[in-house]
Amino acid sequence: MHCYETPYDVIVVGAGHAGCEAALAAARMGCSTLLLTINLDAVALMSCNPAIGGLAKGHLVREIDALGGEMAKNIDATGIQFRVLNTRKGPAVRASRAQADKQLYRLRMKRTLENQDQLFLKQGEVTGLYLEGGELRGVDTRSGIRFIGKTVVLTTGTFMRGLIHIGLTNYPGGRAGDLPSVGLSDQLRQLGFEIGRLKTGTPARLDRRTIDFTKLEPQHGDSPPQPFSFSTERITMPQVPCHIAYTNPRSHDIIRSGLDRSPLYAGVIEGIGPRYCPSIEDKVVRFPDKERHQTFIEPEGLETVEVYPSGMSTSLPIDIQIPFYRSIVGLERVEIMRPAYAIEYDYADPIQLHASLETKRIRGLYHAGQINGTSGYEEAAAQGLMAGINAALAVKGRAPLVLGRHEAYIGVMIDDLVTLGTKEPYRMFTSRAEYRLLLREDNADLRLREHGHAVGLLPEGEYAAFLVKRELIYSESIRIAASRLALDDSQVALLESYGVHDLQKGVTLEHLLKRPEITYEQLTELDDVSRETPAIIREQVEIQVKYRGYIDRQLEQVERARSFESTRIPESFDYAVVSGLTSEVREKLIKNRPGTLGQASRIPGVTPAAISVISIALKMRGDGKVAGR
Amino acid sequence: MSMYIEDTIAAISTPPGQGGIGIVRVSGPDARSIGRRLFRFARGDDFASHHLHYGVITDDAGGDAIDEAMAVLMSAPRSYTREDVLEIHCHGGLLVVERVLAVVLKAGARLAEPGEFTRRAFLNGRIDLLEAEAVMDVITSRSEASLALARKQQDGALSRRIGAVRDSLRQALALLEAFIDFPEDDIGTADTDAIRNYVYRSCIDIDSLVSRFDEGRIMRDGIAALIVGKPNAGKSSLLNLLLGQQRAIVTHIAGTTRDIIEETASFGGLAVRLLDTAGIRHTDDVVEQEGIDRALECIPLADLVLFVLDMSRPFDHEDGLILSRLSGKTVLLVCNKSDLVVDTGLPPELDAFERCMVSSHTGQGIEELKARIRSTFLGAGVLDSREFVAISRARHRDALVSARQVLAGFLDGLAGGRELETLSIDLRDALDAVGRVTGETTPDDVLDIIFSSFCIGK
Repeated sequence: MHCYETPYDVIVVGAGHAGCEAALAAARMGCSTLLLTINLDAVALMSCNPAIGGLAKGHLVREIDALGGEMAKNIDATGIQFRVLNTRKGPAVRASRAQADKQLYRLRMKRTLENQDQLFLKQGEVTGLYLEGGELRGVDTRSGIRFIGKTVVLTTGTFMRGLIHIGLTNYPGGRAGDLPSVGLSDQLRQLGFEIGRLKTGTPARLDRRTIDFTKLEPQHGDSPPQPFSFSTERITMPQVPCHIAYTNPRSHDIIRSGLDRSPLYAGVIEGIGPRYCPSIEDKVVRFPDKERHQTFIEPEGLETVEVYPSGMSTSLPIDIQIPFYRSIVGLERVEIMRPAYAIEYDYADPIQLHASLETKRIRGLYHAGQINGTSGYEEAAAQGLMAGINAALAVKGRAPLVLGRHEAYIGVMIDDLVTLGTKEPYRMFTSRAEYRLLLREDNADLRLREHGHAVGLLPEGEYAAFLVKRELIYSESIRIAASRLALDDSQVALLESYGVHDLQKGVTLEHLLKRPEITYEQLTELDDVSRETPAIIREQVEIQVKYRGYIDRQLEQVERARSFESTRIPESFDYAVVSGLTSEVREKLIKNRPGTLGQASRIPGVTPAAISVISIALKMRGDGKVAGR
Repeated sequence: MSMYIEDTIAAISTPPGQGGIGIVRVSGPDARSIGRRLFRFARGDDFASHHLHYGVITDDAGGDAIDEAMAVLMSAPRSYTREDVLEIHCHGGLLVVERVLAVVLKAGARLAEPGEFTRRAFLNGRIDLLEAEAVMDVITSRSEASLALARKQQDGALSRRIGAVRDSLRQALALLEAFIDFPEDDIGTADTDAIRNYVYRSCIDIDSLVSRFDEGRIMRDGIAALIVGKPNAGKSSLLNLLLGQQRAIVTHIAGTTRDIIEETASFGGLAVRLLDTAGIRHTDDVVEQEGIDRALECIPLADLVLFVLDMSRPFDHEDGLILSRLSGKTVLLVCNKSDLVVDTGLPPELDAFERCMVSSHTGQGIEELKARIRSTFLGAGVLDSREFVAISRARHRDALVSARQVLAGFLDGLAGGRELETLSIDLRDALDAVGRVTGETTPDDVLDIIFSSFCIGK
């Protein structure tokens, strides 16, 4: 093994969505960073759908941006359709989604990596960690080079022992067209990590020229398109539509006729797949009464004829795939350019991680993305960002950044992962967040910019712009609380036209804005200053006034939970000697090793009674006594 | 509360009052040494665990004998609290038992807080929280019926009923969350009718559980029945008959009972505290007047008023004075001396009350009266029903009541078109409240329902 002459602060293994964020964060924080990938032409490749965002995922992207990550800027520069979902629901559950030009997305990210100071991008397959006396020192590669690093971030995606299935045919691969990573997960297992197997799948890519779009319903993006990043002024890419198509009972018959050769149903696939992203054969089997399933035909880019039929992933053999896709109205003559497939891969249950994403077993080793059992580009990127930040902080001898469940979806996700582990691919949903009204896309900067700045990731210019915005929101909130309306005849008439009748003279603008009939837009007709307020300030002020009751209610809950969340359980804490725990609870706690009482309370089966027992034991320990008896 | 595992506690563990035997229980690390110091063994000089020893309890090492006693030491962890537990069985007179407790405390134990033995048993993992609560009820239950209820609760009947409420609420939440998290999936628009139906159903269940809470309380605590009537209507005779013993002094001199006499009886499983009062009339006797005032003051506190009428005398001004104080109360008219004269000249205001004919002289009608008292509170046959579930803990009731309040707000909001995500907060709060009794609902529980109900996935 040839030892490379330059040592690094941070080595990132894998240049997918997690790896790119991890490497950029570490380098931007001033750490010399090596990013290793099996294939330099597949950096930030969107292996599955050509889209970023969606419910809860859009929230993650905005949070990544607020902290100083790259994903939002990258999609803003390469997105070809932008939509805000749930616009008819409240602000907390509105979410952004965009179609990406896949090639442009990957190339822009690669360019960003290449242009980043302190970041070194190299091709190489990591076959193992290099350890000396149990201490992590670096990584070894297939080509015989050993790289020395203080910390290592593993973002292996679907590559560790990746196995591709098309019908009963299967072969090793990290993704269609790429080699798998062999050896690394075996070593992790030898080091004592619990390694499991997951499965995911992707639909065929179809030739746009062989689809009759006149038979499909187009779906256009928003106009004007709204960017993800707080720093993007406007979207400049050309915008294109998606199209909606449906399966029919004949499609389902074709699927059923191939089930005997489904690797899933034949038991060839051992890995557990995502329930929220089932293959079409899963949908047909589990919901036999449903007469049609919807698909969005999404463009893969502006310069390619490839399109992606969402929701139509399958691992059935190719002779079933062809008639199946052709059974869909509008797709009668469709040509498959790349077949659909399922892929199985190794992951390490994230219960083996600290909340910093550092492994409990090996100091300096971090896991992010699909290796942690998650699915989705956004989930991966968010973990990559946090792993990169925390690896860099560790190099600098600083405490890790751990976001709370009340601060960010990122905090919810990582807490879920490290507290509960996962046995199936984990995806973010807004329903996973107990403080959903606090965790909105619109206030991600208010929640997280300070953190991004404190760790040294956020550029000064972006931070300065944020401070101005925050000040404007504050002063406008003060102003509308103090501004009173004289209620002259024209104002009364105007308000009556909005259905507001029973107002007293001297009512404040804030009071008026609280009324469901009144929006900030309407305030501008009553008040000159309001007209001058920028849209992003209006939005914040309006949301904060209209939802204050609920927001306050959630803030109270956060406050109540704070003592739990801040009570640390020392790593050396011995559950075995704490009396009063049932053996079942004791086992769970010994396996999970929660870092705080709050974490412990979220482990299923750990009862409030058990939590009070532990808190008593902790107090007694604090008093210099032995826990329990 | 961080200290109590370290120290030794003691309490009288038999119910207050006269009994054949009284037990002082001691738990904690010093239980054995306290026992060895105070107990003079008839044979040997130390405890064998789980053996009953005969001897004498003294007021200190080598001190004066207080009582003959039996003592048993149960070494940790094979005891109720999983600590060393010492029980001293002495004679049942209250004075003796209190004296024994006093010397135990003097020897270093601390007086236990109510329920502290059970709390230790719970903290030391001997029993779980629901069991602990049910055991608390067993300890304080005064009758067979509350024992039966407490046992039922230990069996989980209550948990099952509340579990059904939780399941309905979970279904409603899953429906709601599906429409929030999957706007692009082909699942139609929010099915508010279905959501409303699930929530309605749980509201009905909660109401039914809460209404039984009172039965639960009554079975555990029993009821207070106040016996009122004009002088010499036969109140004290009635008390004695109901108790089956001579408790009150019965004379023919009006105004004999000047204070309130309290006794507890069990009628078909219902614990009844019977309060006998001074006869109510205008009087110049200061002491008697005081008794009458107390009787009138007791009326609002009583669960039941037994209004004793002397049927051998006409309904008069004094009866009317009592009647005027009874509005809003549960009243049973006890028509006494029905064997002597039948006077049916009762005023129509009394028609609203149920009545029982008794003779405190012959005892006729007493059993019917007891049955009537019982059925007024527990309903006929309700104790025999396997379905009977009651919430016997205030904690459970509070949880359900607060869930119910939140759900009322939810239903208003749903009808008023409030945003789904704020409605979801209400449902989660209700589930959290119910979860305080049955265990929590996790986000994964809700996602499980969504994925099994809807075809989700792009």
